[in-house]
Amino acid sequence: MTCEEARPLIHGYADAELDLASSLELERHLARCAQCAAAYREIRVLRGALRSGMANYDAPESLRTAVRGAIADARRAQGVERRDTPTRLPSTLRLPTTVPPPSRWATAIAAVAVLLVIVLAGGLRRSRPSGDDLIGNEIVANHVRSLMANHLADVISTNQHTVKPWFDGKIDFAPTVKDFAAQGFPLSGGRLDYADGHAVAALVYRRREHIINLFTWPVSDTGENAPRLERRQGYNLVHWRRAGMEYWAVSNLNAAELMKFAALMRDDVTPAAPPG
Amino acid sequence: MVPHLDAAYNLARWLMRDDHEARDAVQDACVRALRFFSGFHGGDGRVWLLSIVRNTCFSRMRSRRPHQGDMEFDEQAHGIDDEAANPERLLLRSRDEAALRRALEALPPEFREVIVMRELEGLSYKEIADVAELPIGTVMSRLARARKRLAYELAGEES
Repeated sequence: MTCEEARPLIHGYADAELDLASSLELERHLARCAQCAAAYREIRVLRGALRSGMANYDAPESLRTAVRGAIADARRAQGVERRDTPTRLPSTLRLPTTVPPPSRWATAIAAVAVLLVIVLAGGLRRSRPSGDDLIGNEIVANHVRSLMANHLADVISTNQHTVKPWFDGKIDFAPTVKDFAAQGFPLSGGRLDYADGHAVAALVYRRREHIINLFTWPVSDTGENAPRLERRQGYNLVHWRRAGMEYWAVSNLNAAELMKFAALMRDDVTPAAPPG
Repeated sequence: MVPHLDAAYNLARWLMRDDHEARDAVQDACVRALRFFSGFHGGDGRVWLLSIVRNTCFSRMRSRRPHQGDMEFDEQAHGIDDEAANPERLLLRSRDEAALRRALEALPPEFREVIVMRELEGLSYKEIADVAELPIGTVMSRLARARKRLAYELAGEES
């Protein structure tokens, strides 16, 4: 890695936004290059100062009150008392005076409820979402990073017999690696990544110009889940569990084709005999 | 409890550089949030609210300085030499709250917002990309330039 390549990545590294392999490569560079190491220290100094909280502004109480008032007012305008309650808010806070037609009431009331939660109970967001939710976020972040840091694959090969042995000794399980070129999903490589607290196998497939990252790792739960599609941050994400392995496929490919890929992959994995 | 309102105000306060204008912008943004709720498709409420606050602030800044109109932000023009700031001086100055605030306020708003979102609010690149409507790679390069510039402002400032 040259300094030119390293410089922007130092920021991704300091922000914990790099994938595992790029991070390791960058660490090796930082150990050798005094200038890049100085750049990294500079980020840390700035961060130390900025994170000390001395630069943060907290919302003044008057603003909090005003926003609560605006929300309450909106709720009143949409609720049963909407005809009787005069608006007492300053003009900057007055909501549109037109009463939404009945068909839109439900949306409007939901809007107020959600905004209440967003604005006044933000702290709740810090409570942990469900496990799959967190993993889903990690998977999408990994996918984005693999494209951003130009680090898609450690082993570039369309041959499943090259990709599969590459993982030997790097992770403590043997992922199923199968090329689906005949079905229009050619294998293009593999790399190590990190999800759900451990190293996982990432297999890279292509569909026309789209990249599919398939993350897989073993789980103790032997239950099976059929592929389930969700959309997150603009990406399609398919999650399933089969034969003690967890699978997450992520891509900007359309939902139908990604589901087709998941079905191919899933049907190809024959359940292994239970261990022991 | 750390409500999103603190995050919203913090971003607005740093963008507008004025308490009164920041309050106005946040109130305005909350009213807009209520009105345009249909734009919320679930997901992260904080990112959604911050993006409305951010757009409100930028449109207010634009209307205040019409001559700068719709000029695209030129990353390169605001870049500086790739030389590290004097580390001792930087460390010393970074402990001076007033100097830190001055240095951050001196950055162009496009730099200021990424620093505020990343360092003060702890947003991920993806979240910053969503709030500021930038490609994720631009978030990283803009942060790199913004930090460089901040270190330069801070260490270079006359004490």
